Amino acid sequence: MSILLQAATELDLLAARNQMAVSLGFHIVFAALGIGFPFITLLAHRRGLKRSDPDALLLAKRWSKTMAVLFAVGAVSGTILSFEMGMLWPGLMGPFGDVIGLPFTLEGISFFAEAIFIAIYLYGWKRMPAKWHYRSLYPIVAAGITGSFFIVSVNAWMNAPGGFDIAADGSIVDVEPLAAMFNSAVAVQYTHMLLAAYMSAGFLVAGVYAWSWLRGRREPIIRLGFLIAFSVAAIAAPIQVLVGDVATRRLIEAQPAKFAAIELLPETRANAPFTIGGRLVDGEVQGAIEIPGLASFLGARDVNAEVPGLDAVPPSDRPSDRLATLVHWSFQTMVVIGTALLALAAWFGWSWWRRRQPPASHWFWRSAALAGVAAVVAMEAGWITTEVGRQPWVVHGLVRTADAVTPAPGLIWGLSAIVVIYLGLGTITVLVLRRMARQFETGEEVSTPYGPAERG
Amino acid sequence: MLVDLVLAIIWLGISAYGIFGGADFGAGIWDLLAGGPARGERPRRLVERVIGPVWEANHVWLIFVLVYLWTAFPEPFVAIATTMYIPLTIAAIGIIFRGAGFAFRKWASSVARARMAGAAFAGSSLITPFFLGAVAGGIASGRVPLGFAAGDRWSAWLNPTSILGGVLAVLACAFVAAVLLTWEAYRDRDAEMVEYFRVRGLATGTLAGMVALGGVAVIRLDAPELFEGLTTPLGIAVVGLSAAGGIATLNALSRYRLAFGRMAAGVATIAVLWGWGVGQYPDLLPGAASVTDFAASPPVLRALIWAFVAAIAIAIPALVYLFTLTERGRLGESGAVATGSTQDLLDRLRE
Repeated sequence: MSILLQAATELDLLAARNQMAVSLGFHIVFAALGIGFPFITLLAHRRGLKRSDPDALLLAKRWSKTMAVLFAVGAVSGTILSFEMGMLWPGLMGPFGDVIGLPFTLEGISFFAEAIFIAIYLYGWKRMPAKWHYRSLYPIVAAGITGSFFIVSVNAWMNAPGGFDIAADGSIVDVEPLAAMFNSAVAVQYTHMLLAAYMSAGFLVAGVYAWSWLRGRREPIIRLGFLIAFSVAAIAAPIQVLVGDVATRRLIEAQPAKFAAIELLPETRANAPFTIGGRLVDGEVQGAIEIPGLASFLGARDVNAEVPGLDAVPPSDRPSDRLATLVHWSFQTMVVIGTALLALAAWFGWSWWRRRQPPASHWFWRSAALAGVAAVVAMEAGWITTEVGRQPWVVHGLVRTADAVTPAPGLIWGLSAIVVIYLGLGTITVLVLRRMARQFETGEEVSTPYGPAERG
Repeated sequence: MLVDLVLAIIWLGISAYGIFGGADFGAGIWDLLAGGPARGERPRRLVERVIGPVWEANHVWLIFVLVYLWTAFPEPFVAIATTMYIPLTIAAIGIIFRGAGFAFRKWASSVARARMAGAAFAGSSLITPFFLGAVAGGIASGRVPLGFAAGDRWSAWLNPTSILGGVLAVLACAFVAAVLLTWEAYRDRDAEMVEYFRVRGLATGTLAGMVALGGVAVIRLDAPELFEGLTTPLGIAVVGLSAAGGIATLNALSRYRLAFGRMAAGVATIAVLWGWGVGQYPDLLPGAASVTDFAASPPVLRALIWAFVAAIAIAIPALVYLFTLTERGRLGESGAVATGSTQDLLDRLRE
């Protein structure tokens, strides 16, 4: 704001942005599982108690152990983010740290509660009365719901900053932390993310059991594991499409440049075409398939409506051609996957309605096995859309990303280290989870972080 | 006044991190020094049992301190974070390795001892406290100016006070952990491990005391303002409390008063951290910013205080309950299944 600064070099700015992207992109997978997985576990545990179903209880027990490993990785990657916020983006955290600090604080409380109750749940299998043990899942589920709200509220604030005034000298005054937290973008963005988390977790967990089914395993516990997890994701999928629609249409007023990049519209116009694929070169769309009027219809429910193009904002406030193309492709990836997942959910729903059975087709199970990865890709694509679509701003209309970055040199080293370490961490996580799955199959007792040492 | 209250809350967080995180890192250091698989098996098993369930608390304290700092004192926070980019990045990488070691430890212990995972876990227990201590030393000796990355990116943490801070942090971690592990071994009625960690507690405690004593001279030469702050009546009282705590711990260890020793070690460690705070108060960045200069506005500070109250109200009862649960599984009962528990129900259903 008052202090304009620049990165040491262009490369440093690029490194800082990519380090943030990699760190967030890594963390979000574990965050989503931390939000959605406890709820799926709760459903299994509840069924186990209500129907005296040993398979459901066993699933809950296995899932709680898997959850703990994922949660530990999520905790670490989340801690790193709080370092990076200050180290890399002083122009955001310096002027606005107090404005957006409260939700971070409250998220810390949610995280603390989640960590403690995960440990309580893991220790409680053998040591707590069954009813209270089950209830110790409630705070875990609740903490996922509240914690994600607080974090998303900060990102929503970056899209729709509020809760402060700017004095004549450019300083930030009259800070109202609650007004900043309950900004105009948070409701829809949060709902979108919460559903994405439940979809990712549901489809990922279901995918594991679909994979077992494809390998010829037909035990009741495989079927049950699939049904519980898939149902959660299948119920979230149609709601998600509706929320996504609201989120996109909101942009026409709130962030026209982001909308224009999503639809790859260089010019503000009526009867705007829906562009499939393509790219922006020197402000012109190339290599795209255009469906006349559809962008106007999707954006404003009227094929003749005028919707904003990139020229709705001054040239200096537009994303570059490359970034706009990236936003466009990310958005379309998300939409294609979201639609495919909706179709898969509908297929399942129809079959369940008619026969109380999941579809028997191998194509259904193959798709279901991949649905989890697809849902995660869609979620990442969604975050790329909203983050890159906000460029060149880090705080929409107020602070440019290039002005917020640290002037410290050598940021490429931090990026390199994070990339290498997260590749390793991600690989080891997958290997550990696979090993745990094998141990579950052979009936071995599996020890897990937070939990007691198991004999066996 | 409001600012001082928030500052006190931040220092409570630093204290909690110093004690719990310190014991955690220190346990990792003893893991590192425990020797080969056969010789180190018993101490490692004790380390694993003691820090298993409470580990997560440590991350929470660190996040707590970071978030409170940036909310209450945004400009000084980014001044620290950007000037200290290098040591903080190394500390953060250490935290990743430390956490990964925790997440995969049980897996690692069954796969050929997985030397790499063990080394990552233990090595990062040395690296992270050292660099965090170095950052503290750089702040305390007035090497962080306001602004974005305005300080020298090398000498801000490569200087006598920083080295002192780093070494003292590592020794304090090892000391706190050794005292705690002695107590835990005693509760396991494991005489051999009691001796093992008692000797190490005595050694690191003595060493830490000597370094702290020599550190006074370093501070006097390298950070005269901090030295001045430490020689005010309040400063002398806090420093004295730390020294008394340290001596009391050593005395208690040599007389096998292990419960008392554990408390005294905690007092000694916390007093060092508050000594740092008292020494530079009312400066937040000595030579650059006092605590009131760049504090957030009263509504923000009040929100932080309420959030702290909420955190205490939620976390403390839950933590206490978790500790009673983990205690119930001690002394070889970990395999036992209580009647009426979910596992009990599951076992009956499967029959």
